[in-house]
Amino acid sequence: MSSRRLSCSLLLILVMLAACSSDDRGRQPGESRATGSSAALTGAGATFPNPIYTKWFDAYHQETGVRINYQSIGSGGGIRQFTEGTVDFGASDAPMTDEQVAAVKGNVVHVPTVLGAVVATYNLPAAGNAALRFDGPTLADIFLGRITRWSDRRIAALNPGVKLPAQDIIVVHRSDGSGTTFIFTDYLSKISPEWKEKVGKATSVKWPIGLGGKGNEGVTQQVKQTDGAIGYVELIYAISNGLPYAWLKNAEGAFVEPSLKSVSAAAAGARLDPSTDFRVSITNPSGKDSYPASSFTWLLLRKEGGDSVKVRLLRNFIRWMLQPPAQRMAAELHYAPLPVPVIEVLQKQFP
Amino acid sequence: MTALEETAVRSAQPVSLERANYGDRVFKLVLTAAAFLIPILLGFLVYELWSGSRLAIDRFGFDFITSSTWDPVAEEFGALPLIFGTLLSSLIALVIAVPLSLGVAIYLTEFAPKAVRQPVAFLIGLLAAIPSVVYGLWGIFVLIPVLRTTAFPLLRDALGFLPLFQGAIYGPSMLAAGIILAIMIMPYVMSVSREVLLAVPNTQREAALALGATRWEAVITAVVPYARSGLGGAVILGLGRALGETMAVTMVIGNRHEVAASLFAPGYTMAAAIANEFSEAVGDLHLSALAFVAFVLFLVTVLVNAGARLLIWRVARGSGAGSSAL
Repeated sequence: MSSRRLSCSLLLILVMLAACSSDDRGRQPGESRATGSSAALTGAGATFPNPIYTKWFDAYHQETGVRINYQSIGSGGGIRQFTEGTVDFGASDAPMTDEQVAAVKGNVVHVPTVLGAVVATYNLPAAGNAALRFDGPTLADIFLGRITRWSDRRIAALNPGVKLPAQDIIVVHRSDGSGTTFIFTDYLSKISPEWKEKVGKATSVKWPIGLGGKGNEGVTQQVKQTDGAIGYVELIYAISNGLPYAWLKNAEGAFVEPSLKSVSAAAAGARLDPSTDFRVSITNPSGKDSYPASSFTWLLLRKEGGDSVKVRLLRNFIRWMLQPPAQRMAAELHYAPLPVPVIEVLQKQFP
Repeated sequence: MTALEETAVRSAQPVSLERANYGDRVFKLVLTAAAFLIPILLGFLVYELWSGSRLAIDRFGFDFITSSTWDPVAEEFGALPLIFGTLLSSLIALVIAVPLSLGVAIYLTEFAPKAVRQPVAFLIGLLAAIPSVVYGLWGIFVLIPVLRTTAFPLLRDALGFLPLFQGAIYGPSMLAAGIILAIMIMPYVMSVSREVLLAVPNTQREAALALGATRWEAVITAVVPYARSGLGGAVILGLGRALGETMAVTMVIGNRHEVAASLFAPGYTMAAAIANEFSEAVGDLHLSALAFVAFVLFLVTVLVNAGARLLIWRVARGSGAGSSAL
């Protein structure tokens, strides 16, 4: 009896192993054969736009019958899988670097979908309810550890009338690699030469000071619980959780409240060339309504080659996504939608 | 035995043996396969880790485990703070959890009233079923505020002359991670210790009591030494779990690449760094460095386990001599 039970469990293991290996090898050809109404596309990448992608892909499936599977495994994983060709499209919060583009022999198109932005959130009960104001250099020096007290002259000069306590600033940053970190460090690199040289921009960097919190929620909790803390989180997360966030001084010298509108304005202010490859950073753009710490998030498609059916299906989806109904879904989920000039450029590139 | 019986046995034996042999052979085959599956899997794992970290091994070599720089932008990687953090947080966990769990296990097997034994053991066992992310959230929302506002300042006032308890108090820290880990490994250490103590023969206790020992003396001189090696196994089980724990640790440790003397300072562990950076790591060298960290974590786990086993083996030999003397 026990030997039978054992051989049963062994059989189970074998079946599972077989299933695993067929999962690895068999999936690709199996799915590329699928065509017509039951067609399936697979993509992988960024976690930040996952809610809107899920919504879009679901709505698109109901309208057209084309199924798009998306796995939010992170931007780095998305770029990797796209490069290895294990997915039909990738998604990333950071544009591919020149080396990465070279790795796929330039066979990639970046398609911006929605916008993300980063806000500085803080916990300073002594300062009352007023939103604090920062400019780029001050923010960079806080995160570099150069400005260590809230009562610092430079913070006071930006916030006349706010009572700033003589308290230590406790810096909180993301510990996990993230597109939010990329946007934030990209912005600081543009503003501060010292930041660019010492820290640079990436999804994870070597932080000069501070505590690391895991995810937006980790940073938020840390900031909420620590008197005198400052951190940065994704705008949508800050809005939906009612966190206090700072106004930032933009390239035109105006203090801008972070909002979906000012983020979309930043993309419009980026003034893209009609032939752009969209591999552009839109942090610190022109335009007096532009919120400076914002960025596109991208889908990564192949320029040429591959399954022609899939290429056509993906292009159809992009056209669908640029239509007003799909753009409204983005706004409903509190994503800053693409501004009209960007949509027009995209529509020309995807006729 | 008569001749008739002898022939009957002889003729009967081959038949039954043959039938038994068939089942036996299958049984043996299945068991052998199952037994070899794990080492083979382990072999693949080690090979995969090694080949994944080749790039980083070639680039950094031995410096990887002595350098403290971790800079994904400049592609400079060193894992010393991670190794330090993994070992220290596990050590803190053991220092807190082992005496507590052994105490509970001894109480439950030797002193507790019958009605209490089962329910308490069951409740402690339940702790093992809680997912680590829940421990992490509990750490963030409940434990850390208490530590920061009450426990850490008290510790600093009382023991502030030691470098271990100096410096700024943020909340997330090496000590917070150690405490969370201690709570997480306690049910394992406690359950195994309890089973081991239950298996100590009663004659052991009776002999000690007959010699005039108090119950306390009987436990210390007769029961615990007898169970030494098993108790050591329980501690190793806890240690293994503490070394590899990821989610709860990264949520409370502060994730700072730094070797600090103070337990109030934030730190980092190997498992936490891998979990944090792997999904968004883009550069080949960054990925390879993370694989290298995994490889080092594997080596550290093997070394620590081997060391602990050696220790237990020597202690157990000592206890054998002791019990024969008794």
